[in-house]
Amino acid sequence: MTAVETVEQAQLVARPDIRPGDTVRVHVKVREGDKERIQIYEGMVIGMHRGGARATFTVRKVSFGQGVERIFPLHSPVIDKIDVVRTARVRRAKLYFLRALKGKAARMKEQKRQPAS
Amino acid sequence: MVTGLIGRKIGMTQLFQQDGTVTPGTLIKTGPCVVVQKKTAQTDGYEAVQLGLVEERPARVKKPLAGHFKKANVPPTRVRREVAVAKGAESPNAGDQVLVSAVFNNGDRVDVIGVSRGKGFQGVVRRHNFRGGAATHGSMFHRAPGSIGASSFPSRVVKGMRAAGRMGGDRVTTRNLKIVSVDAENNLLIVRGAVPGAPGGYVVVRKALTAKPEPQVQVEKASKMVAKSSKSGGAKKGKK
Repeated sequence: MTAVETVEQAQLVARPDIRPGDTVRVHVKVREGDKERIQIYEGMVIGMHRGGARATFTVRKVSFGQGVERIFPLHSPVIDKIDVVRTARVRRAKLYFLRALKGKAARMKEQKRQPAS
Repeated sequence: MVTGLIGRKIGMTQLFQQDGTVTPGTLIKTGPCVVVQKKTAQTDGYEAVQLGLVEERPARVKKPLAGHFKKANVPPTRVRREVAVAKGAESPNAGDQVLVSAVFNNGDRVDVIGVSRGKGFQGVVRRHNFRGGAATHGSMFHRAPGSIGASSFPSRVVKGMRAAGRMGGDRVTTRNLKIVSVDAENNLLIVRGAVPGAPGGYVVVRKALTAKPEPQVQVEKASKMVAKSSKSGGAKKGKK
């Protein structure tokens, strides 16, 4: 193991196996003054960027008719947990074409995920 | 004690803080170093030590240099650098080993000296931050250096005129970097921010010559923030 990996190892958090096409609920810790609460951000994963502790994933949702994308660091301590709600059948790694689609055209066919082997 | 160590840049990564902020950090494999030669005020006119960086494979050296290492009774090293000894502190003797944990602590400020990456032959805009001209609107002056002096007097270009040429590959010092963590077991040092040179390059990490004081949060500002947040909290309660 390289020294960079050793340092990053300590920062890794157990996360579910999420893939592009998954609809996820990200439980984000929000700090207001001295209080902390959980905010849920739900949307579809349209891309992932791998790389140890530096991995990120992009979640897209349409909020009040306005497309919103958020990029989360996968191992950020701000993320309490991630739930995978459903999995769509997708054929590419980056679903950026969804940005141009809306409404019915942006629907994705569901696919039953094989249990991770 | 010595005020610096020789290391090798390993690479960069990110470090999470508890509030989710990400800090850039550079990993430096620092030491273990050995004292190859001790310089004293009596013999050399100043106090310092010559350190050698111990690597997995000992260096292959020619006889004259081998004798220099034999005097200190240390294995030959590829890189040797001179570092100052802290004033008033006891100077280590030749042959002593110096480790990271003995020199640096978390939160210390350090200067990192290395050789910057070579960038090849570059023009004045990139090499010396000249402004260049307009790209369009009929401009015929884009990235050229412009005038480099007068004509009949002095009939030459003054020395030190900045021009295009080889860029990079210079000795560069990055000052006042903060130590994020010291890993004594693996001889690793994590420093906040970037360090000169490519991964694998040799660097000298020394205690900062001009350590900046820690930035203090202004008290007045902090109290305002608290007042604001408590107000918004109160408004919410009222709605409920």
